[in-house]
Amino acid sequence: MNPWSSSKEAVAAPCSRCGGWRLLGPGLLWTVLFCLLPILVVLAVSFATRGTYGGVLWEFSLENYRDLLHPLYGRIFGQSLLLAGMTTGICLALGFPLAYYIARLPPRRQALLLIFIMILFWTNFLVRTYAWIFILRTEGLLNTALMQLHLISTPLDLLYSNQAVLLGLVYGYLPFMVLPLYAAIERIDPALIEAAWDLYADRWSLFRRVLIPLTKPGIIAGCVLVFIPSLGAFLTPDLLGGARSMMVGNLIQHEYLVARDWPLGSALSMLLMLIVMGSLLGYFNAQSRQAGERGER
Amino acid sequence: MADLSIDIRALVKRHGATLAVDHVSLQISRGEFFSLLGPSGAGKTSLLRMLAGFETPDAGDILIDGRSMAGVPPNRRPVNLVFQSYALFPHMSVTQNVAFGLEMKRLPQGEIVERVSATLELVRLSDKRDRMPGQLSGGEQQRVALARALVNRPAVVLLDEPLAALDQQLRQPMQTELKTIQAQVGLTFVCVTHHQEEALALSDRLAVMQQGRVMQVGRPEDLYERPENLFVARFVGVSNEVRGTLTDVDAGEGTLLPGDVSSSRVIRVSVPAGLHSGLQVVMTVRPERIRITPGHVADGGANCLYGVVETMRYIGSEWQGVVRIGESLRWTIHASNTAAGSRPVPVGAPVSLQWKSDDGVVIPLT
Repeated sequence: MNPWSSSKEAVAAPCSRCGGWRLLGPGLLWTVLFCLLPILVVLAVSFATRGTYGGVLWEFSLENYRDLLHPLYGRIFGQSLLLAGMTTGICLALGFPLAYYIARLPPRRQALLLIFIMILFWTNFLVRTYAWIFILRTEGLLNTALMQLHLISTPLDLLYSNQAVLLGLVYGYLPFMVLPLYAAIERIDPALIEAAWDLYADRWSLFRRVLIPLTKPGIIAGCVLVFIPSLGAFLTPDLLGGARSMMVGNLIQHEYLVARDWPLGSALSMLLMLIVMGSLLGYFNAQSRQAGERGER
Repeated sequence: MADLSIDIRALVKRHGATLAVDHVSLQISRGEFFSLLGPSGAGKTSLLRMLAGFETPDAGDILIDGRSMAGVPPNRRPVNLVFQSYALFPHMSVTQNVAFGLEMKRLPQGEIVERVSATLELVRLSDKRDRMPGQLSGGEQQRVALARALVNRPAVVLLDEPLAALDQQLRQPMQTELKTIQAQVGLTFVCVTHHQEEALALSDRLAVMQQGRVMQVGRPEDLYERPENLFVARFVGVSNEVRGTLTDVDAGEGTLLPGDVSSSRVIRVSVPAGLHSGLQVVMTVRPERIRITPGHVADGGANCLYGVVETMRYIGSEWQGVVRIGESLRWTIHASNTAAGSRPVPVGAPVSLQWKSDDGVVIPLT
């Protein structure tokens, strides 16, 4: 039997109503099972009450959300937003020149450098973060080197600080900034850059008037890909920040696993999600309004 | 030349092992429409990119308005390039595109507005000023690209294959428009093209290039009527050739003894200064300078070769035929269609080809 005939028949008998749903089905199922359902569970738990020994009692309560008003949480959220924002900014500042440099190389060199960036993913993130501990700690590589060069006399206090966390976050998420930026820059017709240059643009004007507008989708994608995971990061602040630095991720992890207060942990998670979604929606709204004013579709 | 716009001095550019531009020297006057004509790989684009500042010469220098361009980056040069692909900024409107250069030069806003609208007027795009480049036709995009260069009133406007991306029907009117605009603004235009008809129609003067070297510089009619070498003769128009030995040179006239036609006939030619008897030369005649007559004409006072018509095609304004002379020589003739419906000579018929001695150009074989 002709292997094509059965599928041909299926195509030949379209059902305009249900056809769309059938195509949408797998994706929809995936989203409901692995995204919507877990969120609903977390949402439900956030309105429940903590049991005496850490279990979840299904008694409706707004207590957890009232607890969120505690200034300590505000400070941790603020610090997390600041760290994630700085991570995003630094990644963008480092990533753009790097992506631009790679995108303007001959194709074979581009592939080589992209492989160098991807190689980072071949090693476990945990192992790579431990490597930073090895470099930054009091008797670590960096301090030993600086001491032997007689640049410093006593070891610097590098590890277990917000700076160390920032370094770890930038290190961990820089590739997520570089790759979408590279994809966006690589698509720009080199003649456009030459045209700007020919029309008296200096580097800054070229960047601001031509490169940024033309790579905006890549910039947005890169920032989203860096900001959201940095905001919720817990491994990096846990290992590099120690007791002195706590981000939302650590707080949530602490509530779930150490304090065994699942309802409070869930409420914190919901707040984090609201902040992320709120800022994304706000941004996209501003974008489309701006586009609307310019008369674009 | 008193009013020199561009002075190119012994310019050299290497691309790897090949010489893309090989000791090129050219002088271009202010307000001139100058074309660089040649096949691909002739070095004309390299030359243009060195004028714009995108490539650095390996030797030699370029002077624009008497100022050396060595070490001057593209954004400091008094030149603007009209890109082959137009390279319009896709995120800017027509007005924003045209205003870009003036904004970069930090001109006062009032002057920018004034100059942009005057330039859009010039290229007849005032009604499309708020469109985005993606909403324009090819011809309109071409005019925006031109306006974006002209608005800056540069010392030199560079054009890279300006009409190559246009549809065939659009090229002719755009040629005329380009020429008219150039005459109106009075700026120096340097245009790179591989399209010989375009170069002849547009240029005040042009340089024919091949393998990095300038083969000849001159007005279009100089290049067409008096090619100095076989490359120019063949690249600019159709060349009907016969090889032979030059004899009896006297007072600018001489006789050619044809080498590759088994003919007892001699050919009278006018001889450029510097050529003497005994030289091996090629004589070339343009197709429309040859008169084709059926049968073997006995004597017309002019040069005459006998042949047989191989093909004859009708293109409306004229007949274009190929005539075989002797064993191996084939000449192309263009006969104007001056009388209605008359096919001049049938295929296979014996014909006489006649031309005046002045119309034959003698080129020494090197």
